[in-house]
Amino acid sequence: MTPTDRARRAETRVAWLFVAPLVVILLAVAIWPLGRTVFFAFTDAYLDNPGSYDFVGFANFVTVWEDATFWRAVRNTLVFTVVSVGIETMLGLAIALLLHRAFLGRGLVRAAILIPWAMPMVVSTRIWDWMLNDQFGLINKVLVELGIIAKGIAWTADPSLLLGVVIFIDVWVTTPFMVLLILAGLQLIPEDLYEAAEVSGVPQWKRFWSITLPLVAPAIGVAMLFRTLDALRMFDLSYVLAANNANTMTMSIYARDQLIGFQDLGVGSAASTWVFLIIGLIAIVIVGLLRLDRPHH
Amino acid sequence: MATRHSNATYRLIRRLKSVGLYAAVAMVMVYVVFPYYWAFVTSTRSAQAIYSFSLLPSLDLTNYVQLFSNAVFIGALVNSIIVALASTMIALAIGILAAYGFGRLHFAAGRYLLIAVLMISVFPQVVVLSGMFEVIGWLRLYNSPGALVVSYLILTLPFTTWILASFIRDLPVELEEAALIDGCSRLRILTHVLLPLMWPAIASTGLLAFILSWNEFLFALTFILTDENRTVPVAIGLLTGSSRYEVPYGLLMAASVTVTLPLLVLVLIFQRKIVAGLTTGAVKG
Repeated sequence: MTPTDRARRAETRVAWLFVAPLVVILLAVAIWPLGRTVFFAFTDAYLDNPGSYDFVGFANFVTVWEDATFWRAVRNTLVFTVVSVGIETMLGLAIALLLHRAFLGRGLVRAAILIPWAMPMVVSTRIWDWMLNDQFGLINKVLVELGIIAKGIAWTADPSLLLGVVIFIDVWVTTPFMVLLILAGLQLIPEDLYEAAEVSGVPQWKRFWSITLPLVAPAIGVAMLFRTLDALRMFDLSYVLAANNANTMTMSIYARDQLIGFQDLGVGSAASTWVFLIIGLIAIVIVGLLRLDRPHH
Repeated sequence: MATRHSNATYRLIRRLKSVGLYAAVAMVMVYVVFPYYWAFVTSTRSAQAIYSFSLLPSLDLTNYVQLFSNAVFIGALVNSIIVALASTMIALAIGILAAYGFGRLHFAAGRYLLIAVLMISVFPQVVVLSGMFEVIGWLRLYNSPGALVVSYLILTLPFTTWILASFIRDLPVELEEAALIDGCSRLRILTHVLLPLMWPAIASTGLLAFILSWNEFLFALTFILTDENRTVPVAIGLLTGSSRYEVPYGLLMAASVTVTLPLLVLVLIFQRKIVAGLTTGAVKG
């Protein structure tokens, strides 16, 4: 064994020592709980006495699969994710392009944009719930004063509007995150590219399509991936606004409801496992798409 | 005919464009700031005046007096502070150690391990709920703030590790080489050479971890059973009147303004560092 080999081995050993606490803790709070969730999914255990159970095979998975409420929750979650991430991306790109320009007080505006993002989701939800109140909410008041509607709309009580309201609030909360990531992407584009294009007389809209958009696309892709995975596990917004109302129930709310509401550890765990599989599948597809987009890597 | 605009028209167009820019910026500002301002306005209204639509705050502090004389809310505030601080400290301590391992030391498994850590950070929380219940039961932490300190590590630890590792990777290696030749141990190098340079990164990462823990709702709702052990988001989430029409909005908005204020102050002070931390976390991935 050469001295460099020995040094490398020693370094590997030291490296493992440094990451050992992390590995131990993540095994305890992530990997083990995940494994136990999958394990319980195959049992008929109840939450009040998880120690006594029998194995029931795939029965719990079938129960969840055949539950119309589950599919309703899946549909709500997918609609919520696609629509809100779509709007957030467009709005985030628009605001990022705006804030990328030079103007007085830009630092202040960039700080202010963090406000919706830093607020607890629960607080944002309750503030908008108040502003959207049918009788005393500011939004209805303004709309009525402007003559857009004749009388107040029951935004948070009308079941057909509820999912729209959830998306609206989520867009407000998470667009800043999109703006920040897209702004960071915009700042990486070298200024002389635009200067060259301007000198050669390339019109502004074409500069946007052929310089800005392709170069900022990786940043947008990563931001959309993160936001999509985040939206798919959404819990607090729907729960605080409408508890387990069928119109806004997400997959996370459904799974927790089985587990805590009905104390059914087996079915709840099976529902959680379905959620894991669905989100995992979507994540793999998106990561694959992002890779295809960038053939150089 | 000349296709170029005359000087005067050119100036007019420029002025119009600049007016348009500021108008658009103003609209964005109203969109992001106004809801919080309106919550503040509502929080200063008495129960009778709450249905007024004046845009100016009243000077009625009844709601705040009521809020701060409410033992449950004060208790929730204390719990939130303890839980968020403890979970942030632990995540930082362990994250710094691991970040050095990942960012500086070469080991074959490191790359894959770091990717696994990143994958854990996008886990849906509900997926670990059943198993976490059991872990917390074994640790005898059910219905105590300790349950949240432990369970929040799954949220905070992956990204503190990730961000700090990429920070350490960007520091020049020469700093350590001299110390290594002098026979310093790796741990001593981390604590005496790198740590003093890492404070900006630690501050921003710590702040993000703190915000994440402070705002968390699902675990706090599930692992805490009684009012006196709850954290603020759950207390606010569960605050209702005797019916949908009797929600105490003034009090609710006072609580909302109060829990958000410390975050806003921190965010406005550390704005640049937070943005840097967020973008390292996402873009470099």
